[in-house]
Amino acid sequence: MGFSKDQLLNRLQELEIDYTKYEHPPVLTVEAQAKYVSSSEGALSKNLFFKDKKHRYYIVSAMVDTKVDMKVLSQRLGLGKGGVRMAPEEALAQLLQVSLGCVTPFAVVNESARDVSLLLDQNFKNQKRCIFHPLSNEVSVSLNTSGLDKFLKSIERDPVYVDLEANPAVGKDQPPDLAVYVPSNSVVIPEITSETSTKQTPPPKSVSAEVKPVASAKPSKPASKGKSVVVENSTLLAFKNPEKFVEEIMDKTSALLLSEVAKGENVEALAETRRKLLTSELTHLAIMFKNTAYTEGFHAGKHSQPKRL
Amino acid sequence: MEVDKKDERESESSEQVVNPWEVSAKDGGKIDYDKLIDKFGCQRLDESLIDRVQRLTSRQPHVFLRRGVFFAHRDFNEILDAYEKGDKFYLYTGRGPSSEALHLGHLIPFMFTKYLQEAFKVPLVIQLTDDEKCMWKNLSVEESQRLARENAKDIIACGFDVTKTFIFSDFDYVGGAFYKNMVKVSKCVTLNKAMGIFGFSGEDHIGKLSFPPVQAVPSFPSSFPHLFPGKDNLRCLIPCAIDQDPYFRMTRDVAPRLGYSKPALIESSFFPALQGENGKMSASDPNSAIYVTDTAKDIKNKINRYAFSGGQDSVEKHRELGANLEVDIPVKYLSFFLEDDSELEHIKKEYGEGRMLTGEVKKRLTEVLTEMVERHRRSRAAVTDEMVDAFMAVRPLPSMFE
Repeated sequence: MGFSKDQLLNRLQELEIDYTKYEHPPVLTVEAQAKYVSSSEGALSKNLFFKDKKHRYYIVSAMVDTKVDMKVLSQRLGLGKGGVRMAPEEALAQLLQVSLGCVTPFAVVNESARDVSLLLDQNFKNQKRCIFHPLSNEVSVSLNTSGLDKFLKSIERDPVYVDLEANPAVGKDQPPDLAVYVPSNSVVIPEITSETSTKQTPPPKSVSAEVKPVASAKPSKPASKGKSVVVENSTLLAFKNPEKFVEEIMDKTSALLLSEVAKGENVEALAETRRKLLTSELTHLAIMFKNTAYTEGFHAGKHSQPKRL
Repeated sequence: MEVDKKDERESESSEQVVNPWEVSAKDGGKIDYDKLIDKFGCQRLDESLIDRVQRLTSRQPHVFLRRGVFFAHRDFNEILDAYEKGDKFYLYTGRGPSSEALHLGHLIPFMFTKYLQEAFKVPLVIQLTDDEKCMWKNLSVEESQRLARENAKDIIACGFDVTKTFIFSDFDYVGGAFYKNMVKVSKCVTLNKAMGIFGFSGEDHIGKLSFPPVQAVPSFPSSFPHLFPGKDNLRCLIPCAIDQDPYFRMTRDVAPRLGYSKPALIESSFFPALQGENGKMSASDPNSAIYVTDTAKDIKNKINRYAFSGGQDSVEKHRELGANLEVDIPVKYLSFFLEDDSELEHIKKEYGEGRMLTGEVKKRLTEVLTEMVERHRRSRAAVTDEMVDAFMAVRPLPSMFE
């Protein structure tokens, strides 16, 4: 279950973080929000939720006036010029557990968002107070960045402030300066087949620049992309799940047998080579299975508690 | 002074240069491996050694041994002598994590090391020299550490057994017994000697000067007290590319003075760029190599468009003269990665005598490489951060010789 707005606000109070709360009808855009929360209360923020080709997710939270160039950001992250696109609605729901128009730095409080990288606009630091949604688009809170930092540290996140308008050169001798903020884990979201097909109205508060790449994507892409993700999932399972492991072995062996029967001529010589290849493939499969099991045991060992006496 | 330096450099370009930071052939030609073996003073790996490996391990020697990819050694016969008597050894190899983009050439030492681990049933330590890359490539500490972890994932995907493998990064592990050995080694190598072996000069920063001991001491079992307690006589075998030889010449020189056994080496030649032996594989030119992240389509394109062909200009000429197998890259690549000896022989014969065309050879190569890269990709997807942590945990390996 995702964090609720009330749980978040309680947590802020527990941490003795000073904030001011404004309630208003639900708003989906910064313009709408601005009608209810005046700039004298603090700096409004625009919040982008995007992903890269390896299914890693990012939140960029910036001052409304800060120019955010997605191509530059993509390069600075080491993803190449067109390496990012807006995240699909499913990701918003599954990873951030907030609704449309509600992307906010606070969303990383959810366990589901643990692999989402959060980048904050350096310019926030010069503001007395900044305004974000506390997991609901019917409420806005304004607080000082020190309050936001305190909150992030309380959930073991290092606050990362970046000069979003900078455009440093990226090349052989100048490694991408933001690459260190790329998450180490990618996230697989099950209904990914619908990702690039219909739902391409990105959360309105986000910069609309990235609608274009998706619209012009070749129609064959969504289908094959969906397929490859599904295939990968089942192979990954073969490394963890004994039933799938055996299934994979049976599949490969019967494929070999069938192809041998089909070939006919010089079956013995063929069998020898194919058998060697199969042996090597299956051994590889078994090693990955073993490594996965060991890793799970390692994790359990690290987190096990001593026996209560 | 300046004039002297200039002359020095000029004479170097007319000779081949092979050291850990630069590999270039004489006058843009091919690397002369015989000369290299002579100059370095190592041995050729001959048929009798390969046969011995087959007998001792009861399995076919790895394709890299059969095709002469790993072609030179130091004291490998002694390792085999000891192994026959029941004395085991451990493996040590490493990677300098300078980029995230790994190509097939990078995987070669790891593929071979995995075979050695399985065939001889011995443990392995893998060093990630993040400190070296931080110094030489001017990366930030955080970035080099991040790259080390990312590279570790690709290494693990090669199929190493976690119960017999310890991966470590210098920034994490240097200290304790490891550092004690580093100091012992440092005391035995004068500044002049280091400058002579590695080509350092007064302009280089002292970080570079003090790096060689870091790469030397994993050859000594006492550097890993959690792995080899009390086994100070355990021998070490280092599979590496031949440009790493200088580090280990230094190590072998120092070892007896410290009362340690000299590490043995088994060395490989260089993997050619797609554009040919004279071309240089470089991380900034994606078309000079096949990367582990390439899709089937990328691989097909790269082979078709950039792989240097030894075929003739026209079909008629080709059928008459046959292909020049010396410079043909697809055949070279197949000799690295096509398992089946008889199929390779067949291709070489037919192509060399003009009956097979370049297109067919390239097609077969594309198949072989695509399968390899696909398999790697699948295994890589299964490597989690937790798995990397497990491989890198400073823990004992009780079943390391089973």
